[in-house]
Amino acid sequence: MDYLSILFAVLILGGIAILFGTLLALVSRVFAVEKDERYENVVELLPGANCGGCGFAGCSNLAEALVAGDAPITACPVAKQEAREKIAEVLGITLTRNERLQAIVRCSGGDRCGKKFDYVGAKDCHAANRLAGGHIECQYGCLGLGSCVASCAFDALHLVNGVAVVDHDKCTGCLKCVKTCPRNIIVPIPYTADVNVACSSHDKGADLRKICEIGCIGCKICEKNCPEGAITVEDNLASINYDKCTTCGICAEKCPRHLIINAKLLDLYPDKGY
Amino acid sequence: MTITQILSLAISAILIENFVLVKFLGICPFLGVSKKSDTAVGMGVAVTFVMTVASAVTYLVDHFMLRPLGLEYLQTISFILVIAALVQIVEMVMQKTLPALHKSLGIYLPLITTNCAVLGAALLNAQNDYTFIASVVYGLAAGLGFMLAIVLFANVRERLEFADYPKAFEGFPIALVTAALISLAFMGFNGMKIF
Repeated sequence: MDYLSILFAVLILGGIAILFGTLLALVSRVFAVEKDERYENVVELLPGANCGGCGFAGCSNLAEALVAGDAPITACPVAKQEAREKIAEVLGITLTRNERLQAIVRCSGGDRCGKKFDYVGAKDCHAANRLAGGHIECQYGCLGLGSCVASCAFDALHLVNGVAVVDHDKCTGCLKCVKTCPRNIIVPIPYTADVNVACSSHDKGADLRKICEIGCIGCKICEKNCPEGAITVEDNLASINYDKCTTCGICAEKCPRHLIINAKLLDLYPDKGY
Repeated sequence: MTITQILSLAISAILIENFVLVKFLGICPFLGVSKKSDTAVGMGVAVTFVMTVASAVTYLVDHFMLRPLGLEYLQTISFILVIAALVQIVEMVMQKTLPALHKSLGIYLPLITTNCAVLGAALLNAQNDYTFIASVVYGLAAGLGFMLAIVLFANVRERLEFADYPKAFEGFPIALVTAALISLAFMGFNGMKIF
């Protein structure tokens, strides 16, 4: 065994490594590019989740665009209001609008919704939705297989009694779940809005009662009781105009089906499991 | 090496033994960055540039460090090391001196540090015992061949957006079918084999 050849191999490879290492170090000194110091600050203020919700590849790319003035501060759907204000301060601009959103699930059926057949396939809503239009009777409702839960990077979605529920405190408004849901029943609403009609069904009341214990029957009680006129019932489904809504919660109390959910009053319905 | 030999080496590397379509090296960027023709051009330029420089430097490393000591078996590992370091250095220098070019090459430069096409060019140079000039020409031509392939492919893929093919083929399946067809077309160059 020729030990010299091993020695030479180690020396040569080590030598090349040291040579290029030194060269790299030198070059990085000599050719150091001064980055805009605001960039570092902005990167620190961004959430750092690299979720891609802004449309850029990651937080650092958004930071570059922010510093260059190519993106609005509201481009990051995840950043909290305080962080946005701080970024605005760093960049020397004023923040005008609060556009923070949260996702909500427009269904509360789950186990209370009738099943057409037992689904035993892949635990994926897209797969289930393609199989004979879904295994639940309601053509609008949550399939309850948790594709949105899997898509959430912030652990803000959970399956409760067979239906997906958004955790208001954890939701960052990145809206990944909105894009994921094959039934398009997860929608963005203003983060400050606490009231949500948790149903998407346009079925007639009588038909709906047969398949779902909880869905909206279009009785218009909420519409009549809303002091701000923010609720309209159209096509057998109540919807809230969040520009008018003051989140007083009267609709949530009056709803005979208890499907308008008031985040402030969740404790009132412990049996609902929220 | 005469001028004719070098010329035929170049043509061979670009068309007859195209790195992507005949040797099947560098498939990852070929499929990954070929959705739009302008990004494909960016990637092609970056690969060509890195391949040329890498061919020159690895020739020097091979001939003045490895061969005199009989350490040819270290070629692969030392070439990877050299290419990776080289690309980093080039990127830093470029960022300082040619910011515009750096921006247009952007993410592609670091992406190809460990590209198998670049390493392949360096290793083939060593295996075929090319001279320094031949090595550099081979690297350049292989890079140009890569650029030709990826730009052609990207243009076809752009047109595919409007093509009417079965839905099951959407995305990668149709891309792979297209790549196979282009590859078949390049097989036609086999007839003009110069060596």
